[in-house]
Amino acid sequence: MTYTGLALLTIVTVLLVEAMVLKTGLLKKIEFYLAYGIVVFFQLLTNGYLTGREIVLYDSDVILGLRVAFAPFEDLMFGFALVFLTMAVWTKIGMVENNRFEYSNKE
Amino acid sequence: MFGEWSYMAMLGFVLIASWWLEFAFKLRVLRNPKRLLTTLLLVSPWFILWDAYAISLGHWFFDRTQMLGIIGPMNIPLEEYLFFILIPIAAMLTLEGVTKVWPIVKGWFRPSRELVSK
Repeated sequence: MTYTGLALLTIVTVLLVEAMVLKTGLLKKIEFYLAYGIVVFFQLLTNGYLTGREIVLYDSDVILGLRVAFAPFEDLMFGFALVFLTMAVWTKIGMVENNRFEYSNKE
Repeated sequence: MFGEWSYMAMLGFVLIASWWLEFAFKLRVLRNPKRLLTTLLLVSPWFILWDAYAISLGHWFFDRTQMLGIIGPMNIPLEEYLFFILIPIAAMLTLEGVTKVWPIVKGWFRPSRELVSK
């Protein structure tokens, strides 16, 4: 499968995992969008460095060819999947920890 | 510019740019290793597998003169493994930082109750 295809598939999978398993409600929180905006800014900076200085190179046959700050657009999709899943799992564990804490307080 | 430390320099930047948040905003990310490691174990392996697959098919490849040349399991360079540890940690720190700071920032733009009642 191409990088583009895999990136799309992964984003759909990650969104499904949030909708059906994690249910953190992160996508409804302004805090998520602010945090993600900060992450994307730094991604463009650091990934732009990696691709601009040709530390990491890409096979042009498996990407669309649209580039943002030197890097293939697909990298932004990869980044979204990685960062969103990280934030969702992190949030979920926090919710579980809080529930356990409240439960133990009631006892 | 950094020779074989070029990729490592970027990782060093990520570390410096994100880890200070823990202490400046008194976050509990680095100091909650159980929650931190569980998140990493549930998320990173999938993306490491993707990396291994992409490297094996040549979707992306590396300039070995700008990397240390230490190659781990599945033909993945050390720098990539560190990437899948440091980037998720930076994401957690950013989310926690924003969650802590946002209510304070929001408060600056809201007239205080006392001013309104007078």
